[in-house]
Order: sequence, then structure tokens, then C-alpha cells
Amino acid sequence: MRDVAVLGVGMTKFGKHPDKSLVDLFAEAFFEAFEESNIELKDIQALYYGNFVGEMTDGSGNLSGFMADEIGLRGIPAIRYEGACASSSVAFREAVRAVAAGYYDIVAVGGSERLYTAGTEIGTRALATAVDGVYEITAGLTFPGVFALAARLYSKAYEIPLEELREMMAMVSVKNHRYGAINPKAQFYGKLGNLKVEDVLNSRMISSPLTLLDCCPMTDGGSAAIIAAADIAEDLVDTPVYVRGTGQSSAGGLFRQKGDIIRAIPRRKSSQMAFKEANMTPKDIDFVEIHDCFTIAEIIATEAMGFFEYGQGCYAVRDGVTSIDGDLPVNPDGGLIGKGHPVGATGVSQVYSVVKQLRGEFKENPVRDAETAMTDTLGGDFGTLVNIILSIHRR
Amino acid sequence: MKFVDFFNALLGGKLIGQKCGDCGSYTCPPKATCDNCGSRNLEEVEMSGKGRIMTFTTTYVAPAGYSEEAPYTVAMVELDEGPWIVGRIDLPVEEIERLGQALVGARVSVYGREYPTEPFYPNKEKRVVPMFRLESER
Repeated sequence: MRDVAVLGVGMTKFGKHPDKSLVDLFAEAFFEAFEESNIELKDIQALYYGNFVGEMTDGSGNLSGFMADEIGLRGIPAIRYEGACASSSVAFREAVRAVAAGYYDIVAVGGSERLYTAGTEIGTRALATAVDGVYEITAGLTFPGVFALAARLYSKAYEIPLEELREMMAMVSVKNHRYGAINPKAQFYGKLGNLKVEDVLNSRMISSPLTLLDCCPMTDGGSAAIIAAADIAEDLVDTPVYVRGTGQSSAGGLFRQKGDIIRAIPRRKSSQMAFKEANMTPKDIDFVEIHDCFTIAEIIATEAMGFFEYGQGCYAVRDGVTSIDGDLPVNPDGGLIGKGHPVGATGVSQVYSVVKQLRGEFKENPVRDAETAMTDTLGGDFGTLVNIILSIHRR
Repeated sequence: MKFVDFFNALLGGKLIGQKCGDCGSYTCPPKATCDNCGSRNLEEVEMSGKGRIMTFTTTYVAPAGYSEEAPYTVAMVELDEGPWIVGRIDLPVEEIERLGQALVGARVSVYGREYPTEPFYPNKEKRVVPMFRLESER
């Protein structure tokens, strides 16, 4: 297998874009990535595009061909990947595998989604298509609901009083909003940067015990990356960012995973696969961009990925370990909570933030001396899990 | 087993599951393979319909198609035979809020309640929700 590197990355501002279609959003992100990749359009051999619920939000399916044609890549193989909120991370991983295998030299990756404009009711139903469509949705289970169930299980399993846990969960929201407020691409840029724990606890209840500020927002946005074989990348750009390892795993319904949902077993498998491929351990990772769709989700993720023992992730947040100046900065771009979550675009937007950080271009909230970082994207109630390790060092 | 049969049985007062002929464990709701060992040597059985609440959440913001029913309380119950199922606790929200986290561990029995279906639900005739009724303390 060949080494693979990222040439360029792009993303739209995340937020509300009632005036831009799914195609418009992807094209905008794509050309930002293209401009910094030092290639010609004809060099791109395939498009790997992620979208989750275009049918429900925009009445649009079969999207990949429209995306490719829009950006001037008429006729190339274009494939849509759907893995719920991890859609573009799945696309990214498949693109990496195709280039590593030698099938392609240079490909485009990305995603777009329009959930904010779709409105809360349709958006909530669209997201809920990622729970079990027969046995879970019938009870009206939503995504805030999934993580609300997880929060109560976490409280019980690790014997942390719920009110104490809620305060530590709120600290995730305070931290990620602080970082989102200084990220110009974030949905909450310039907003909610000075939240207090009480603000999170006292905001509107969405699905008990999760309040509005425990949840990431509904978001419209697009993201893109261009990747190439490492030998080619080194001739094209000054600072290729190497894809050192990837992992992916799957699961069935929440009720099949039982009490394991707070241990996120698919995430443990996926991250271990990525660590093995990279020949690394959690100690080699300088910071992470992870799937904080809800405050408790960030805590569970840091544990399952192996950064903290099970039941200890909440204390890491409380003690500042996951803050920008801590041992393991988590979501310095604001995460899904502060930056926004246009689901099909989210995974590659995490890659965007990591690449900018590793190149030293993330000026608003830089992680000091960062050389290697990891992304984590969750689709559904652990049904699709993807991890990607990126580094400025080739293996 | 067809998913519709599972819900129709539930409306008729029976919770149907499967017992594995190889490992002896139970799977519920039904599946093509044993949820524990993957065997296809499964026998359809009636479950006790009793269990305990493992976790729950009251949903105030519901998806399209479910808004009329909100707020409602979704729970996961561990059945006495081992499987977990998703359903709703049939208590008013005020009662749920009063009891709070103390509901975790409470004993319940399962029954089915019919609701109108919605455009995206696989059964186009009706939607059946597993309901959890608290068993009185003895």
C-alpha cells in the first residue's frame, strides 16, 4: 500500500444557508481546497462525496454526479457515501484506500448538508432515520434522546450523581462554545463564547437530562479535501499532511448494544484499527477533533478512543485536560457544538481543522507544537464509526 | 419472523422473542441470527414481558410525525431473559420528573399501544409502541 497525503482542504462557513443548494455548498468548499492543491481539474480522477439526508431536506438523491458536474469534473466516477453523520469520513477513508491501493493518484473528497434550513421538525426526523427504523423510531427516539439515554446510563454505571455529571457535561459545552466563538468558519462565531455552566444547565430541556446547550445545532454547510499519493503530493505542495491510519467499525441498534453504549465498542474497534495502521498509541496524538454531537458524547468518545479510562473522561473535562492548553486538547475548532454539524460535511470539516492546525495555519486557536492529530466521526447510534490519524510526518 | 407479527402479538398482550438452540440465550425483538452467538437455530418463544428500566429520557422536541405525542418518555428496559428493548414509560411527564433518576432500576411489565403511523414508518397501517407499566412495590 502507498502512503497518502492531503493536498488541500476547504469548507464553507457553517450556519444557515437558505440561499445555497447542496451543490452550491459543496462547490464553494471544493474550490477552496482546489486553489491550494496546485493541480489542474483534469488531474482529479474520482469524487468521493458524503451526504446523509438530501432526500428529506432537499428532495434530492443521486447527488454525486451533480456535484462532479458542477465543479467541472464531467464524466469521472463519482460516488455518494452515506454513513449518517459520518458520511464524509466514510468517503474520505474509501478515497484514501483507493489511492493507497494505487487505483487512483489524485481524488476529491467532501460533503454537504442542509439541516438548519430544513427546520427543527424535519431535521429531527431526518436525523432520526439513523436509529433503528422499526424498533427504535416507533417510540419516537431522537438523537438527543439517544445521548440522554447514554447520560443516565453513564451516571448509574460509574456512580456519579446525575447533577454532578450534568455539571461536567456542561463544561464540554462551555469549552467548545468558547472555541467556536473564535473560529470564523463556525456557526457560533462571535457568539456564546462566555457561557457559564449554569447557562447550559438552565437552557431549554430538549430530552432530559440534555438541554439545548448540551446539543450541537442544526447546520447547513459543505467541506472538501483533495488527496493524493504521498510521492505526488510532495512534488505539489510545501506541507503535505499524511494520512497515517484510518479505522472503521459498525453496530446494530442501541438495544442490541445494551449497556455497552457508554463504552462505544465500535469506536474502540475503529480507533484501535487506526492506531495499529499508524503504528501509534494514544500517547502519540497531540490533539483530537471528535464527534461531540452532545456534551456526553465527547466524554464517551475520549474514553472509547483510549485517551482516558472508562468513567474518567468527565473528570478530564473538569480538570482542563481537554482544554487548549491541556495535555489533550479536544475540539479546538469548537467541535460540532461550537462549529456546527452539517452532518454529511462534518467528517471532512474535522480533517480541514486538523490539516490547518498541523500546517500552523489555525491562528485563532492554535495547538502548540502539534504534529499528529486524530479525527473521530460517529454515524447514528454507533452504527458507523470512523477514525483518521493525520501527521506532518511520513511514516 | 416478520416485524409486523412482533407488534401485532404485542397488541394482543404477548411479547415474542427467540430462544437459541445452541447457546440458550434469548433474542428480542426477533432477529435472523442469535444476538449472542450468531446461530440460526432459533425457536420462537413467548417472553415473560417483565424487566427493569435501565435508562430513560423525556423527549420535549419530537421529530415530524411524532410531535402530537410529545412530551413522551422513551426508555430502555432489560427483560428478565436478558435482551433490552426500546419503548415508552406510560406515566405522565410530571410524574417522571418527580421520580427522576430513581426510575432507573424500577420493575416494569410490557404491553403494546397503537398509534397512527407516519409517512416514513415501515408499517403503513399502524405504529405500535412497546409501553412500560411500573409494577407496584410489594
